Amino acid sequence: MTPAKATQTPPVLIFWIVAGWVGFVLCPWYGVEDGFFSFEWLVDGYPFEEDYSPAAFLVGQGEKLWLAPLLIPLLLPLLALGREKSDPTYFRILTVAGALGFGWLIIQGFSIGIRGFNFQWMNAAFGALGDRQFGMGYGAMICASAFLFLFTQGIAARGAVNGDVFVVGAIGGVVTIVTAFVFFPIANMLFSAFVTDDGAYSISAFVGKFFDDRLWGIGCFFGTRCGAALNSLVLAIAVGFITTVLGLAFALVVTRSGFRWKRLLRALTVLPIITPPFVIGLALILLFGLSGSVTVFIADLLGTQPTRWLYGMPGVLIAQTLAFTPIAFLVLIGVVEGVSPSMEEAAQTLRANRWQTFRTVSLPLMRPGLANAFLLGFIESMADFGNPLVLGGNFDVLSTEIFFAIVGAQYDQGRAAVLAMVLLFFTLSAFFAQRAWLGKKSYTTVSGKGDAGVHPLMPNGLAIPAMIVALSWAIFTATVYGMIVYGSVVELWGVNNSITFKHYVTAFSIRIEEEGIRWTGAAWDSFWTTITIAAIAAPLTGAVGLVTAYLLTRQSFAGKSAFEFGTMLSFAIPGTVIGVSYILAFNVPPIEITGTGIILVVSFIFRNMPVGVRAGIASMSQLDKSLDESSLTLGANSWQTFRRVILPLLRPAILAALVYSFVRAMTAISAVIFLVSAEYDMATSYIIGRVENNDYGLAIAYSTTLIFVMLSAVALMQLIVGRTQIGRRMTQSRTNV
Amino acid sequence: MKRITATIAGSLIALAATVSASFADKLTYYCSAQEDWCQLMARSFEDATGIDVNMTRKSSGETFAQIRAESSNPKGDVWWGGTGDPHLQAAEEGLTMEYMSPMRDQLHDWAIAQAESAGNKTIGIYSGALGYGFNTDLVAANNLPEPSCWKDLLKPEYKGHVQMANPNSSGTAYTTLASMVQIFGEDDGFEFMKGLHANINQYTKSGSAPIKAAGRGENTIGIVFMHDAVKQAVSGFPIKVVAPCEGTGYEIGSMSIIDGARNLEEAKMFYDWALSVEAQNLALQVNAFQVPSNKGAETSESAPDMSLIKLIDYDFKKYGSSDERKRLLQKWDEEVSTLPQ
Repeated sequence: MTPAKATQTPPVLIFWIVAGWVGFVLCPWYGVEDGFFSFEWLVDGYPFEEDYSPAAFLVGQGEKLWLAPLLIPLLLPLLALGREKSDPTYFRILTVAGALGFGWLIIQGFSIGIRGFNFQWMNAAFGALGDRQFGMGYGAMICASAFLFLFTQGIAARGAVNGDVFVVGAIGGVVTIVTAFVFFPIANMLFSAFVTDDGAYSISAFVGKFFDDRLWGIGCFFGTRCGAALNSLVLAIAVGFITTVLGLAFALVVTRSGFRWKRLLRALTVLPIITPPFVIGLALILLFGLSGSVTVFIADLLGTQPTRWLYGMPGVLIAQTLAFTPIAFLVLIGVVEGVSPSMEEAAQTLRANRWQTFRTVSLPLMRPGLANAFLLGFIESMADFGNPLVLGGNFDVLSTEIFFAIVGAQYDQGRAAVLAMVLLFFTLSAFFAQRAWLGKKSYTTVSGKGDAGVHPLMPNGLAIPAMIVALSWAIFTATVYGMIVYGSVVELWGVNNSITFKHYVTAFSIRIEEEGIRWTGAAWDSFWTTITIAAIAAPLTGAVGLVTAYLLTRQSFAGKSAFEFGTMLSFAIPGTVIGVSYILAFNVPPIEITGTGIILVVSFIFRNMPVGVRAGIASMSQLDKSLDESSLTLGANSWQTFRRVILPLLRPAILAALVYSFVRAMTAISAVIFLVSAEYDMATSYIIGRVENNDYGLAIAYSTTLIFVMLSAVALMQLIVGRTQIGRRMTQSRTNV
Repeated sequence: MKRITATIAGSLIALAATVSASFADKLTYYCSAQEDWCQLMARSFEDATGIDVNMTRKSSGETFAQIRAESSNPKGDVWWGGTGDPHLQAAEEGLTMEYMSPMRDQLHDWAIAQAESAGNKTIGIYSGALGYGFNTDLVAANNLPEPSCWKDLLKPEYKGHVQMANPNSSGTAYTTLASMVQIFGEDDGFEFMKGLHANINQYTKSGSAPIKAAGRGENTIGIVFMHDAVKQAVSGFPIKVVAPCEGTGYEIGSMSIIDGARNLEEAKMFYDWALSVEAQNLALQVNAFQVPSNKGAETSESAPDMSLIKLIDYDFKKYGSSDERKRLLQKWDEEVSTLPQ
């Protein structure tokens, strides 16, 4: 990689220097009120009109003078032009300029807000400012990126990560956005747990809210009610346990029995991903509620009064088990298949019977999978918002309590923050436990060598119960989903069961007029917004996820494990917590994006990023490192290697990540409910509105439509990805399939 | 990185294409009434004036929370609908601004009284009385007597059959609590709430949920605003509406202009328009059975006749203030909600 001339300036450096100046001199510095993508400002007094003025013009007119110091770090890198990369001055200039510029941007952004100085002591020290600033716009954003990447180039020149500009830049970029959109809002929210009613910080404000009876009360043992934290914990443990057992039964039936309809069982795994929130809850009410068909039938049969048994813990438990069993199944099927048949055959050769083999060889090898499934169920249950909302009754859990602390008549932000901390503590503990458990022991039984054995069948004593459990649960699931479709085509469920398509018509009617199609249905607005936002968020999620995965699997650098932890963290943060923290953090400058579509896109990117990262890691670890090395040896740099070698080989993983994040963005509710606005209403929040309004028909019809839309997205992906894999298998040597 | 930046820019531009830049006047409208009513108001105002309306529907508590969260940088212009208390509270905290509409002389006295109690920072747009409704099928199936007074609900045979919202999360339920305190006096009012607590099967989060559950047959008696109960009955659910014999409290659905509104002129136009006969008659199209505040507006035949209901002299100023509210809610939390059921 020796450049042709030693003193040639790298084009990347020139690019970012120019970008910095463009951001400062040409682009409007502050956010344009009409929206990020409205370009009305171009014809409306730009560049002198204060609202749209670039920083240079503002300073030139003697306003917002705190932006003037940015000129120094903008001028400084010019001195680096023409210098050699190995020259110590080169990296000093760039690191100093980048750090100064980026640092000053942040300092001024947080110190000066809508009402002048944000901190009392600054007013005391410098006097009242008499001016203010709004959220950052294009100019500030471009400048910030320019400073960031000048800084990373400086660090790279100094020799970090073998002086690889692309890798250092990518690390810098990922760290910055994760800090800005995960750590900053969470930290900001946790601080508000310590704020008293009159705005001062105090530890007693926290203690008072933390030791509240509504959190930790154990009244349910004495006839009153238990605290939300306790409820959540008990529920999550129960759900984790039950889903793991059911998931294992499914996995065993699919891999180790002669069951004929295995493919159907496998298809169940896709259900939780494509099911909008609430639908399961609604279907359960219509089956098992006080006037539910099953309840009434059984009460008639036994001659008893129907009861409201569903509302409360039983209902939530059933709904969550329905929703999350497939996730456990998905985790366990890989693990159960992964147990090497050779080991089991060895045991059998040593005269162990099938039961002994299973108990002493297969089961212990599945332990990490069982732990993983349990913890996933635990975390999902903790974070679940829709089911407790519909079925909870008087059974309060943390996620709904957080919601009502913010939106309720009490509006207790501090309480919401405390509840969020408790919830975060639970999920993070589970997350750490999972990592600790899986990190230490080796359960690898699949080596690169061919392992041509066949899994032994389960012992009969296990096969029969597993089959019964799996089948009855599968039938139950099918019934519930059948009820959903049925519910969307009846007039008024439970009152008037005549078949009608009027809910679909209300939601999705169109009228063809001279100007074209008019989308007259009530659901179209939120439907298109959802599709648009999900479609924008998906590629961005994929991009961030893959770059991160590339850094994690292919590069080594200081602080890598902290980096990995940080990027995976948002998986353990429940959506409600993200929603609350976003609205608190991003309603005020410097990043002011509440009420826009951008905040929805951003929240989806960081909610779903761990999925992209994991998909990337999984498939990248299958690619031999020698591929990269040969590309590098042949003179490509790491960006070219990433772009030309790794990305094409990752096509299936990329596609999977894309579809998954698209679908997740369509069904997300817990964060979204805080972030939707007049212009950007999402399908799920629209559905809640209908549910609240007793309009079950429309809600279920809309949900059914979403299920089919997502099902076709997933099916399309299966089709394409499936083909790619077959293509690869044909060209490679045949291993056991 | 450049390519990635380009990709990001590319997809952002895709978003731009979907958000058509509009040059027309616009209004950001927070709505706390039912969804279809909100939609109808927004579309009709657009038709009447040509102003683009961005509407968000959230419950009054949620909207209040949002306006308070956004107070340092208001995003909304006008807030229409929802029970009056959060509007009064917003006025008290200076989140909304004073406005004297030229339409005021067309309004009922109670609407003006609501405005005057808040320094003209809010105004009444409709009113509705508190009461309850019961599912006639379930009452018959359980051989229960039909209730007609508040005190009837304390009878032991209704144990597990009554539902109301949690006053901490719902304005309707807070109105219930405040009404009981005003009807029976504070001590007896709380005794009533304790007796009721024994019969309650669930405190819901949202105010109208109890009657919706009753409509679907998931609950027998729901304490709600009568117009919500009427709506369920009109939609075909087996609900009978009761105006309790002891008299009852009521709400005044209100409207306020948000302080610091970015489109103040448009907000005022909406405000005046929303008080007109034309706008208030729209309620009937969406089965909203509240009593409109404009004297000339039509009322539905299904609407509860306010002149036949014994209304108490509800003290909105006192019971809408945040101090009194906090005190009553805390007392309810400590003395009522902790009792065994």
